[in-house]
Amino acid sequence: MKGVGVSPGISIGKAFVINSTKATLTGDLLQNPEEILAAAERFDDAVNLAVKEIESISKNITLNLTSDDLAILETQIEFLSDPQLREDVVNKINTHKKNANDAIVEVIADTVQIFENMEDEYMRARSADIQDIGNRILKHLNTNSQGLSLKFEPDTIIIAEDISPSDAITMDIKHVIGFVTRVGSKTSHAAIIAKSKGIPAIVGCGDDLNAVKNNDIVILDGVTGLLFINPDQQLIEEYSQKKSVYNERKSQLKQLKEVPSVTTDGTAIQLLANISVADDMDSVFDNGGEGVGLLRSEMLFMERDSFPTEDEQFEFYKQVALRSKNKPVIVRTIDIGGDKQLSYFNLPAEQNPFLGYRAIRICLNRTDLFITQLKAILRASAFGNLKIMLPMISGIQEVRDSKNIIEQAKQELLKDNIQFNNSIEVGIMIEIPSAAVTADILAKEVDFFSIGTNDLCQYTLAVDRMNEKISYLYDPFNPGVLRLINYVIGQAHQHKIHVAMCGEMAADPMATLLLLGMGLTEFSMSATAIPTIKNIIINNNLAAAKNILNKVMAMDSSQNIIAYLQEVTT
Amino acid sequence: MIAKEYTITAPQGLHARPATTLIRLTKSFKSSISLKKADKVVRLNSMLNILSMGIKGGENISILIEGDDEISAADAIDQFFKEQLKDL
Repeated sequence: MKGVGVSPGISIGKAFVINSTKATLTGDLLQNPEEILAAAERFDDAVNLAVKEIESISKNITLNLTSDDLAILETQIEFLSDPQLREDVVNKINTHKKNANDAIVEVIADTVQIFENMEDEYMRARSADIQDIGNRILKHLNTNSQGLSLKFEPDTIIIAEDISPSDAITMDIKHVIGFVTRVGSKTSHAAIIAKSKGIPAIVGCGDDLNAVKNNDIVILDGVTGLLFINPDQQLIEEYSQKKSVYNERKSQLKQLKEVPSVTTDGTAIQLLANISVADDMDSVFDNGGEGVGLLRSEMLFMERDSFPTEDEQFEFYKQVALRSKNKPVIVRTIDIGGDKQLSYFNLPAEQNPFLGYRAIRICLNRTDLFITQLKAILRASAFGNLKIMLPMISGIQEVRDSKNIIEQAKQELLKDNIQFNNSIEVGIMIEIPSAAVTADILAKEVDFFSIGTNDLCQYTLAVDRMNEKISYLYDPFNPGVLRLINYVIGQAHQHKIHVAMCGEMAADPMATLLLLGMGLTEFSMSATAIPTIKNIIINNNLAAAKNILNKVMAMDSSQNIIAYLQEVTT
Repeated sequence: MIAKEYTITAPQGLHARPATTLIRLTKSFKSSISLKKADKVVRLNSMLNILSMGIKGGENISILIEGDDEISAADAIDQFFKEQLKDL
């Protein structure tokens, strides 16, 4: 079976299928009134968790739910919280002394039977919905008894519908050697997270993946996107071989750690990392990173039930600053909205969330939240070389408004006699086309640019990067996108400000020389991608890169550009 | 108590989607609200019970409402059966 390889590497391990539940009866009867009471409570808790789960699925924009999908989810909630269902289950518990699991299994089986016997075809089909909600309640009932977080055995390959950012945060991935998902594309969260952890991953395998069962032996090739289930011995040996070759090459690249990233003609290139938490700093330095080009502050806001306080945020940034060995750390202010939602911050559903109320737009409207974050970052700037980066800037007014609020945050700290770096640099993400084409204007009022290619590509090409149907349009090598990037880099140089790139393109070996040719000298990427890019840099020179740029800019289509780049970069 | 008769205007009958809307509407009132078809009566708060009545398009049912806010509940339910239901 084949999906999209999104995080390179080869893994051979055992499948752990998430969301698979088997309805089986235990036959254990409840012994006393306390157990009966507890069983009913466990049922109620499982239902509540199931309802919450559905509610969070409804709010998950990355799933591209239609209004029909949402209606189905609402119906599921009504099924889950059905008083008749509860009455039947509680009756089994109270009068027949059934344990919660058995009571649910039996009530669901009976109800499914009733619906299957109905004459109306539509009603017969509802039996599947009832089975589905039964499975969902059982999943939560049984997860609960084992404790909430899943524990994996060594060499586990996770097979799942999708991996959400919060899954990845709550999962204990110490023993996880691979991720495979049914949905998703190169830019889905599963891909980004797997890559940043250096775990091989394949996404978008489709319904074929449903055939995989727990403990199946799986070979996963994150380069080609190939997946083999229960392979024969010969294939296992072949891939063990490939795996050791790959790992050897990877460790060779790691030895590059101490080698300075300088082109053969002596141009120093700064390789930075994109990180989410202070613990990622180890991996940054292990891979030869020279600082942090993007600290995504969102992780600090996720998996909670309220906004973190200024002190909590300060502690988070301070930890990063203390572990940064005084290398630059660019902190992006909160970039929520769009596909990143917070359970406690109810953003209204939008027709076009990526074009809506998100990132800096929220900050400039909710200045209370913004000031709290800015003060926390400023306070942490006393402990390291922190810089502030504003996401989703579309024009100069947002820069000026933000800088006024930063000034206000500084004044508040001064008044309280709290130490911070008063000359902290303030830069912006270039990810909206209007910002790219007005780079000449913006460069006069900021200290640096960082080009976010994922969103820049999405907005320039008017392509939703979460929509698999049109993902072929999502193409950073489109001449339109390349012209914007080239212009931004040129304007930054002309106005003598720093310019970096922190999108996926910065980690794409095919793009490295092209970007060098444009004059980019700061690349920020997943820490694990740094050695590969460094290897390209130290073996090439600027003249060759300029030559590649000139050829590419004269080409009329991304097909030609990609074909040419593949030829010259391999 | 208020009792009212309606003809189901949704061609597919009272299936899961309109039932969801109806249950949510019912839950917003304090009154006890039931649905009667032929001589069978169920409370209007249960998806399973409503669906198990197998109510088809064109069939007649009655709604029984009893409680402090029965007048406003009756208004809302009236609007549901007369206006909303045909689009669901």
